[in-house]
Amino acid sequence: MAKSIDVSELDIYYGDFLAVQGVNMTIQAKSVTAFIGPSGCGKSTFLRSLNRMHEVIPGARVEGKVMVDGQSLYEPNVDPVAVRRQIGMVFQRPNPFPTMSIYENVLAGNRLNAKKMKKAEADEIVESSLRGANLWTEVKDRLGRPGMGLSGGQQQRLCIARAIAVQPEVLLMDEPCSALDPISTSAIEDLIHELKTEYTIVIVTHNMQQAARVSDETGFFNLKAAGEPGHLVEFNSTQKMFANPDNESTEAYISGRFG
Amino acid sequence: MTATLTTPPATSSTIPLTHGRLPRWAPGLVAVVAIAAAGLFPLLLGWGVVPWVIVSVIFYIGGLTLWAAVVETRRSAVDRMVTSLVWTAFAIALVPLVSLLWTVISKGLPAINSTFLTYSAFRTSLDQPVGIYHAIMGTLVITFCAAVISVPIGIFAAIYLVEYGKGNRLARGITFLVDVMTGIPSIVAGLFAFSMFTLFFGAGYRSGIGGAVALSLLMIPIVVRSTEEMLRLVPDDLREAAYALGTPKWRTITKVVLRTSLGGIITGVTLATARIIGETAPLLLIAGLTTRTNMNPFDGFMTTLPVFIYSQFQKGTPADFDLAWGTALVLVVIVLLLNIAARVIGKIFAPKTGR
Ligand SMILES: Nc1ncnc2c1ncn2[C@@H]1O[C@H](COP(=O)(O)OP(=O)(O)OP(=O)(O)O)[C@@H](O)[C@H]1O
Ligand SMILES: [Mg+2]
Repeated sequence: MAKSIDVSELDIYYGDFLAVQGVNMTIQAKSVTAFIGPSGCGKSTFLRSLNRMHEVIPGARVEGKVMVDGQSLYEPNVDPVAVRRQIGMVFQRPNPFPTMSIYENVLAGNRLNAKKMKKAEADEIVESSLRGANLWTEVKDRLGRPGMGLSGGQQQRLCIARAIAVQPEVLLMDEPCSALDPISTSAIEDLIHELKTEYTIVIVTHNMQQAARVSDETGFFNLKAAGEPGHLVEFNSTQKMFANPDNESTEAYISGRFG
Repeated sequence: MTATLTTPPATSSTIPLTHGRLPRWAPGLVAVVAIAAAGLFPLLLGWGVVPWVIVSVIFYIGGLTLWAAVVETRRSAVDRMVTSLVWTAFAIALVPLVSLLWTVISKGLPAINSTFLTYSAFRTSLDQPVGIYHAIMGTLVITFCAAVISVPIGIFAAIYLVEYGKGNRLARGITFLVDVMTGIPSIVAGLFAFSMFTLFFGAGYRSGIGGAVALSLLMIPIVVRSTEEMLRLVPDDLREAAYALGTPKWRTITKVVLRTSLGGIITGVTLATARIIGETAPLLLIAGLTTRTNMNPFDGFMTTLPVFIYSQFQKGTPADFDLAWGTALVLVVIVLLLNIAARVIGKIFAPKTGR
């Protein structure tokens, strides 16, 4: 089910602005890959190029290759909608649908695509997804209430539940825990551990401990200099990255002696 | 650096946290005094009520500001002055509205009775009562047709502008044309419809649908503009959330963007309807004038409420005036109902926050 992702010589643009340059990496199937790096170095941008969400922004484009299980994502005959169905995404900011209840939000991926399902089946998906996102006990008595009525952290977990409800093969998470308390964070990390038996997971985080805890491999992005495009400095197994990284600047960043 | 940090800030004790406050009843007292003082002018110089009110307001604002400046701080004096000015402006804005409503209600109410609303102006004998049933129906039919033409065109145009056009040439051209259309005088819209229908169906063709076409020329730009505003209010985060779940663009638009902005769009459409329902000039040209009830917009003359009001004023006898005022009241009530409906619908479909 899970898929590996091969990226070669990827340049990512916003109009004429080159945001990320020359990325090469292989993301293993059924593993957790973490991206770390200073703010503005292009982690989100790169992550969004993995499921063709980048091109949603007017003028945004990509040069280079992204191969998912041997299939090139940016071939002209590839349907971005089909790509996104298999590669789900959790955003940096929680974004539940304001017109939908908690229940409908979890099912949004199915409902928006007019997938027919029985009530029992839908209930089942909602419960298991919410349990997976560690939100079930908090909301099980008010599934009919609007999703916007939840706290910021609860909204983020609702978005995670919504993303796993469609059972994507790859899950991209952009700082999913930046709005969460330690308990929910550890629940999400447990969830990531569980999910990795079936899914390929890519996570962006500013939390070094989190990267060390959850990921198998880590990529460090950085800016060459202010105004220059971001690039991938080092990509290694997490163990090696945090013990003795190949690159000096990686070590400086991880140990907090940055800049 | 360290030296300034270790010495306690010398100024801290000189910044007072409290200052004098005028008592709660101060504005009331100033108002009474101002009215009384200004009352000397009508008493001594024989001024009317309007100058009295104006002088009172000036006294009030000046007095309260001065008093606040003496007792309170400069900032709260300015605050009190600007607050009073804003309230004054608000009251001035209300004057024409209230006086208009008062005139229409007081003059129109006596004309309204059951026959007024259920009979047409067509009489077979002189003792038959006259009513505006034909004009009410004409207004409803023509406005409905205009809405049926304008709403889809307007909403689809707005969807194109916001979701697909995003600043390309065609979109900028459309935006420009919509702006131009907003400024078209209604009589020109009427002439356009008139000449168009003359071209297609020969000279002298008159019907309700022609009026609806003319009105939709006026309504489309309003619908486009208001819908566009509403669609732009939908955050991109929501579109991206839907895309990331593998939702095609058209479903994202129908089920997320339109659904989220539905309340605002319906409100806009209702207000646009209220705006065109009072149009007179284009309908005089193309829909004609009749005293009979005609429910078929594709055949024959059709009279609407504003056109009926106009024709009654043309006739000029007191009885005709009474009918006209009654009709005006009915029209105002319809517009009022539309506005209330817009608010209610907007509330119902607004996204719920649940807090
Ligand atoms: N929509 C956009 N249009 C133009 N430039 C953008 C856009 N989004 C991001 N950028 C630019 O691309 C670069 C990378 O931004 P990105 O959001 O990927 O950073 P990031 O690594 O995710 O940072 P953070 O850790 O703060 O989330 C930045 O220079 C940013 O200004
Ligand atoms: Mg980011």
